[in-house]
Amino acid sequence: MLVVEGVHTFYGHIEALKGVDLEVKPGEIVTLIGANGAGKSTLLMTVCGTPQAQSGRIVFDGQDITRLPTHQIMRSGIAQAPEGRRIFPRMTLLENLQMGALAADPAHFSEDLERVFAFFPILKERQTQRGGTLSGGEQQMLTIARSLMSRPRLLLLDEPSLGLAPMIVRQIFKIIREINERTGTTILLVEQNAYHALRLAHRGYVMVTGAITLTGSGAELLANREVRAAYLEGGH
Amino acid sequence: MAAIGAGAERQLSFGEMIRDAAAVALVALGLALPLVGFQTVDRGAGMILETRFGAMFYAVGVIFVGRFVLGLIDAGRGRPILAASGAFSAAWVLNAIFDVAPPIEHVTLGWLTWLVAMTIALRAWFVLRRGARPAGRDGTRAGALPAVWLERVGRLVVPAALTFAVVMPFLPFADQRLVDLGILVLTYTMLGWGLNVVVGLAGLLDLGYVAFYAVGAYSYALISINLGLNFWETLPFAGAVAAFFGVALGFPVLRLRGDYLAIVTLGFGEMIRLILLNWDDLSNGAKGIGDIPRPSFFGLQFTAAPREGVAAFHEYFDLDFSPIHRVIYLYYIILILALLTNWFTLRIRKLPIGRAWEALREDEIACRALGINPTTTKLTAFAIGATFGGFAGSFFATRQGFISPESFNFIESAIILAIVVLGGMGSQLGVVVASVVLIGGPEWFRDLGTFRMVAFGALMVAVMIWRPQGLLAHRDPTVRLPAAPGRPP
Repeated sequence: MLVVEGVHTFYGHIEALKGVDLEVKPGEIVTLIGANGAGKSTLLMTVCGTPQAQSGRIVFDGQDITRLPTHQIMRSGIAQAPEGRRIFPRMTLLENLQMGALAADPAHFSEDLERVFAFFPILKERQTQRGGTLSGGEQQMLTIARSLMSRPRLLLLDEPSLGLAPMIVRQIFKIIREINERTGTTILLVEQNAYHALRLAHRGYVMVTGAITLTGSGAELLANREVRAAYLEGGH
Repeated sequence: MAAIGAGAERQLSFGEMIRDAAAVALVALGLALPLVGFQTVDRGAGMILETRFGAMFYAVGVIFVGRFVLGLIDAGRGRPILAASGAFSAAWVLNAIFDVAPPIEHVTLGWLTWLVAMTIALRAWFVLRRGARPAGRDGTRAGALPAVWLERVGRLVVPAALTFAVVMPFLPFADQRLVDLGILVLTYTMLGWGLNVVVGLAGLLDLGYVAFYAVGAYSYALISINLGLNFWETLPFAGAVAAFFGVALGFPVLRLRGDYLAIVTLGFGEMIRLILLNWDDLSNGAKGIGDIPRPSFFGLQFTAAPREGVAAFHEYFDLDFSPIHRVIYLYYIILILALLTNWFTLRIRKLPIGRAWEALREDEIACRALGINPTTTKLTAFAIGATFGGFAGSFFATRQGFISPESFNFIESAIILAIVVLGGMGSQLGVVVASVVLIGGPEWFRDLGTFRMVAFGALMVAVMIWRPQGLLAHRDPTVRLPAAPGRPP
């Protein structure tokens, strides 16, 4: 579904991605784990087109999207829940969701709204509240809910567990699994919380300083000694 | 000097309060000695230096007592002080009205005393009210009026204000000066609404909005003079030219944000003015363009002696000629244009493009992630804001009959931006209130003579202290839920 081939991305002179290959098959949850600054988020952003890849190819559903502008990529069936819960703080929750549906057919707006509220019942109660007054966990849920409003085939999640209480993290990961199982949405998940991410994902990639070093099924990676040593020991 | 405002953290002891008040009084003494203590009087035979130590010590004494009492309020003695100072200031006003006994010879000092008493009463009231409220105020919305309250007021105020605006020229007290002032206020309201699209909704800080006002005015003047079109025919062209300039400015500044954007737009505003000043062939330079056609009422002229074969307004309607007819007509033109701007903005906020503007103001990166094209979104905001600026400029040109680059200084941009910010960014009603205050205010304060600008400045400072987010900093949601169960309708 999504194929990333030999992608190099630069920030100025700094090479953030050094020839990354990655594949996501339809219906999968694939996770990308790695330490701070490994280039996980950069890879996700490169798929979205900001920054654009210097070389290599990104193909989504058979279409080469490497050189497309961001807003066109985001309208081709990919949705992204950006890092750090980028909701619109002064707009109400409902308006935030409407913004998510901007790229979608308005005819099935209410249907999508119900579907999203089924995943996140708490958001239904908070519809009229301003985004900025929601709690951190609710904001993260809103970010995911908003990205679902465009009926994406591929959902990119950037660190959904960032800065959240362990209980909320578990809840959010459970919902991510539900989304994948019930709607068949393919998910590419970038996470620092390796334990939760690998337990959830069908397959995983490990990234170190701009390159993929290891790949395998979620369970394999969880059992892998290096992964355990680098990302899991010391608690989850 | 310990800050009284921070007194909530640490209670001052009685002695400390006295010392604090004494220190403040000492500073006041230093200031008052040259300002109040000495006075030069012209006695015919040259200037004589007189002393006014009595008045000076009185003022310093008032300041000492006032500061001490403020300390007492923060120490939790607010209730008796509120009663005392309230009663004192009320008695003072009653005394002034009924003229029972002049308590002090010096009138200014008298009012100073009253002002201090009032300030103390207000302060005591605020502190008491804050104390009575449960802790944990909603920090994110500090200063914003409760939405429900605002909505209720809005429902009454908006129709009332609109009705007043419509019938104002025919009210008995409406003379030409008042209607002229109304035109001015409405022009700035319209400009404020136009800029609100760019600054309030799209969040693009534009310090050069006057450029579009100028472009509109000059396009109107040049088109109507050279092509002989009337006001309503020229208006769309002037708007289109302004919109074109809006896009022309928009393109180079697409990547800029915040301060950088403000600087470039500031430069753009000056550029337009300087081009108009120097391009003599087009704009007639500093001499400006005169004899701009006045608007006619469906072909009827507002002149005392119309040209041969042309009907004048007063003849057609069998009225005595009066210059106020044209003023009233102009008033209604700008009222219609302003309302059109408002209606358009209110509608577009509910459309995807209007939503995209607001989302762009909130978070540009999130917008990209949702498939919004920031380029076109910003450019439409600039273009639409500029169009309204252009309309207002056309109106300005036809009203004045004469335009020159001097009318389009930076200060105009600053005033328009001040209206938007003071009103509360993005608030349509706020713009109206702010332009009445900012444009109408200095006119009303004219009676204060030399104190006019002081009163104006005091008002601005008061707004900054009590309503830092603007007078009506409230954003109306664009969608509402149909009254859900368990929620008040």
